[in-house]
Amino acid sequence: MLRLPSFTYLQPSTLAEAWRMKADAGPDGAFVAGGTDLYPNMKRRQQEPKVVISLMGIPELAGCEMRDAGCVVGPCITLSELSILPSFRRSYPAVAHAAELVSTPLLRNMGTLGGNLCLDTRCNYYDQTYEWRKAIDFCMKKDGKICWVAPSSPRCWAVSSSDVAPVMVAIGAEFRLVGPKGERVMPAGRLYANDGINYLTKHPDEILAEVRLPAPDGWDAVYHKLRRRGSFDFPVLGVAAWIDWDGADIADARIVLGGVASWPQEVAEGGTTLKGTDLSDEAIARAADAAYRPAKPLDNTDFDLSWRKQMTRVYVKTALEELRERRRSTRKPS
Amino acid sequence: MATRRKTAADRPPDRLTAAFRVVGKALRKVDATAKVVGATKFADDVALPRMLYAKLLRSPHPHARILGIDPSRAAALAGVKAVLTGKDLPIPFGILPVSQDEHALAPDKVRFVGDPVAAVAAVSEETASAALDLIHVTYEPLRPVTDATDAVTHPEPRIHDYGDGGNLHKLIDLEFGDVAEGFAAADLVREDLLFFEGSTHLPMEQHAAVADWSPDGKLTLWSSTQTPHYVHRALAKVLELSPAKIRVIATPNGGGFGGKSDPFSHEIVVAKLAMLTGRPVKITLTREEVFYCHRGRHPALMWVKTGVKRDGAITAMHFKSLLDGGGYGSYGVASTYYTGALQTVTYHVPRYKFQGARAFTNKPPCGPKRGHGTPQPRFALEVHLDKIAEQLGMDPAELRLKHLVPPNSLTANWLRIGSMGLGPCIRKVVAGSGWKEKFRKLPHGKGIGLACSSYITGAGLAIYWNPMPHSGVQLKCDRGGGVTVFCGSTEIGQGSDSILAVIVAEVLGVDPFDIAIVTGDTDLTPVDLGSYSSRVTLMTGNAAIQAAERARDIIARHAARKLELPAERLAFAERRVFDVENPARGLSFADAVQLAEAAEGTVGTVGSYTPPASPGRYRGAGVGPSPAYSYSACVAEVDVDPATGIVRVPRIFIAHDVGRSINAATVMGQIEGSVYMGLGEALMEEMAYRGNRNVVHKIPSLLEYKSPTTLEMCDVVTYVVEDPDPNGPFGAKECGQGPLLPVPPAVANAVYDAVGVRIDVVPITPEKVFKALRRKAKGEEPRFGPTAFPDIPWPDPTRVPPPWEGGDGKAVPLTPGASPGLDGARIPGHAPGVRDR
Repeated sequence: MLRLPSFTYLQPSTLAEAWRMKADAGPDGAFVAGGTDLYPNMKRRQQEPKVVISLMGIPELAGCEMRDAGCVVGPCITLSELSILPSFRRSYPAVAHAAELVSTPLLRNMGTLGGNLCLDTRCNYYDQTYEWRKAIDFCMKKDGKICWVAPSSPRCWAVSSSDVAPVMVAIGAEFRLVGPKGERVMPAGRLYANDGINYLTKHPDEILAEVRLPAPDGWDAVYHKLRRRGSFDFPVLGVAAWIDWDGADIADARIVLGGVASWPQEVAEGGTTLKGTDLSDEAIARAADAAYRPAKPLDNTDFDLSWRKQMTRVYVKTALEELRERRRSTRKPS
Repeated sequence: MATRRKTAADRPPDRLTAAFRVVGKALRKVDATAKVVGATKFADDVALPRMLYAKLLRSPHPHARILGIDPSRAAALAGVKAVLTGKDLPIPFGILPVSQDEHALAPDKVRFVGDPVAAVAAVSEETASAALDLIHVTYEPLRPVTDATDAVTHPEPRIHDYGDGGNLHKLIDLEFGDVAEGFAAADLVREDLLFFEGSTHLPMEQHAAVADWSPDGKLTLWSSTQTPHYVHRALAKVLELSPAKIRVIATPNGGGFGGKSDPFSHEIVVAKLAMLTGRPVKITLTREEVFYCHRGRHPALMWVKTGVKRDGAITAMHFKSLLDGGGYGSYGVASTYYTGALQTVTYHVPRYKFQGARAFTNKPPCGPKRGHGTPQPRFALEVHLDKIAEQLGMDPAELRLKHLVPPNSLTANWLRIGSMGLGPCIRKVVAGSGWKEKFRKLPHGKGIGLACSSYITGAGLAIYWNPMPHSGVQLKCDRGGGVTVFCGSTEIGQGSDSILAVIVAEVLGVDPFDIAIVTGDTDLTPVDLGSYSSRVTLMTGNAAIQAAERARDIIARHAARKLELPAERLAFAERRVFDVENPARGLSFADAVQLAEAAEGTVGTVGSYTPPASPGRYRGAGVGPSPAYSYSACVAEVDVDPATGIVRVPRIFIAHDVGRSINAATVMGQIEGSVYMGLGEALMEEMAYRGNRNVVHKIPSLLEYKSPTTLEMCDVVTYVVEDPDPNGPFGAKECGQGPLLPVPPAVANAVYDAVGVRIDVVPITPEKVFKALRRKAKGEEPRFGPTAFPDIPWPDPTRVPPPWEGGDGKAVPLTPGASPGLDGARIPGHAPGVRDR
């Protein structure tokens, strides 16, 4: 059978201890939370850390706290916990929904919010065993020199496959990163880079310490996910749509796509085109068209790439229609 | 068959039903509790002292010559106990005598990415894996053949140096009557081209095997195999050991579906490694390696042309198939024949021509997957008939009902039909689904489709020619009232152990849970050919009935003497032997056994079963004959989203003629399981390869090879139809494969009903529906499917007159001056088309 290689497993109980362990291990060290991403990758030798440092025993990385200014979520909360917390579900239904669309119940019981936000980019030339990758002479993301998806490309085109990340970018969440040299807070979108290999701007010794969500005040968001099987597949397309309402009109809007690039792909034109509209059919069609044009799925996930591109328009449209429907139903009583 | 058992035909059906105590009830499987609590020992659970672990080095090239192998660095690694290469196992093997084309380790050439090249036994799996990287193999890559059409156009370089020319493994041309004349007599002649994608079995349990070489020179192999007898033969051949020195134990299979029916490289390798090291050796394949073992559904391109009268009566049919076989023969010759064998057993086809071809390609070998070679042509035929019905303006259910093959008849290709319950099956699903109110009447996006099928209940011939029984049972009655049944059959989760228990319990009047079942062990059990071709219930069942009736006769003789009654008046039930006319007068079963044992010695009997000879006597007549044919009818409901092309199947209605239900619970399970597997093939399963990237399997993992989970599974409404067949035990026919067949065409026909596009390919993925919908919107042909059938150098046809044209089942010589095979066969690029006459 496919076995995990031998490795040393460490369980720090403070951040300082974690950094010390990471410093000792050097490039051979890796942080792990739930392990649902890292361990399968290790079995396939996509990542080969010799020292694996668990973040699950560090109290300040856990929990979920509702504050006036929003909500602060510890990255080590499991996806199951996050999606069933009643107060969280009420205030952040789009985030909770995205979290419960990740994989299967078993994996959500282990997998964490932070793990999903830092999920390794995926590609069906890369998410393969060592022996398989050997048969194509490897790829540039691991052990090789070429990107088989786009052989003339200088970069790796592995796909951002997180369900929660596009929602975080869309709703304007912030991430607090802490490292041995200090901490920084950044808008969610700034954590990501459109490069399949260097897909995170986080330094290797930095730890995602907090996810800060804006107060649920006047805005609404939805997440729609396309995949083969509703039971456990990664997204081949995720559409996170956020709207800041000003009465019946849109003050601001963002559309962020998952599964079509190496990062959560914000479609700026899609958002701008919605501003000032009341989400009419025409406005939705314009936004869907704006999202369709830059979406560039490649042949490295499930489904035919041209169909996936076509679906961008359909899924953006249905996401925006759902937002319009929600607005209408909540405004009816007043 | 010299048996005195009463068959369904001997007694009126109502008494037959009333008489059963155990048969037909919904019973727990005899091995269910152990499986549920995790106590069942599968092959990977076998652990022996000093056991080593084996790993296989597999080819990274789809097609290459091996110029040299240097295993020295691997052999020198600490913990490595032995390294094998092709030269250590030079004798070829293969499941079919005509296709002995595999080696345990490739000696000079590799034929697909994943073909085993070398093996290591080491003290741990990790060490064995590390050693693989130290084996240096020098390859000279050859041009790979990526699919069947590529094989037709590229006869060189050849993948094998045998076959029917170039890269064509097998060519078949059979003609039953003059089809040209049949087409001329038709009111409508229609041609269609369809494609059925390859898929794999996906058993939950990966293949595993453990070998032990005892100090007294005896080899024992535990393996998750469906065919221990054939593995036994292959081991004896390749290892050059006497079969008497080899014991093969088939461990309970965690699913097989046909994927564990061949002798495999890893089984032979662990045996050889155990012999070399003197230590037990285990191998458990990774999921990726299971994809390389494959032997799954052949991708099949199919062309079908049928002539019909205005009332739908078929005047002639011509069917062509081109199968993508992968790198080795496996069961492929049989699979190819199967793509043409069973077209004739559902609706009357008076004249029939079949041309089948199997190509070698540089991919894992295809073989028998549930339905073996018949789901592909059944898909083609049932979609084709749906189109014909529409052109004739007939309800497709009515068209089928009007032209059913009669029971107890012969088909054009000389198959003998016994009981035939397709009519009741169609009526059940039509009534249950509300067909008449829904067909062509549902709103856009909602559809309903119907399809039917038939399947063999056991292949009429063994894999290798021999005149011996196909199944044997030994039975021993214990003084305490227990009964032990020994049979070579293999429990793969389908419930075959329970079938033995139920049947013997029925005959001897004991409780099925009082019966000890010993199966799948070549030292302990008489030969049963294996769990394939839906043969087990019928063949082991008949053998078990014979053994049990012989035991009953012995016991009855002595109980009758004690009770001072004629033996004919005794009944066996409720663990008692008693007077049918005065049930209070009797003995316990245990006491009766003791009387018999005191008088005659150990109460032990045997039973065996050999299928009846087939009336077909032409070359190729060996594939298709069966003691009995099961029948299925299916109605699928679909929801198609016109914006995306996504198809969902909320509900399937399936009726299956099982002849006689032996265990109602397992019959239901097998039917639903078949629907499940058919649904996966209909909607998503696909053995996808990257032809431009070394022909690697695109997605060899449980995550990325898309198969439905329980959440994708539709609701199933099942109707069990019982039309007892005289050849079946208590009338039973198969139910483990047949119900898969109508599902893909029923879904395809329903998609057409929903949105008016024909998807002539499975799987019916959203991309295909979306493309077809776009074509429809543009006013083009509303269809997605293949557009050409390649030009294949068919051989001269074997001409066999059908029974009603004075034939005797044998081929007749070709007429001098005739030009065989011209009818449609040499014209490339048939677009699907229709000719009205």
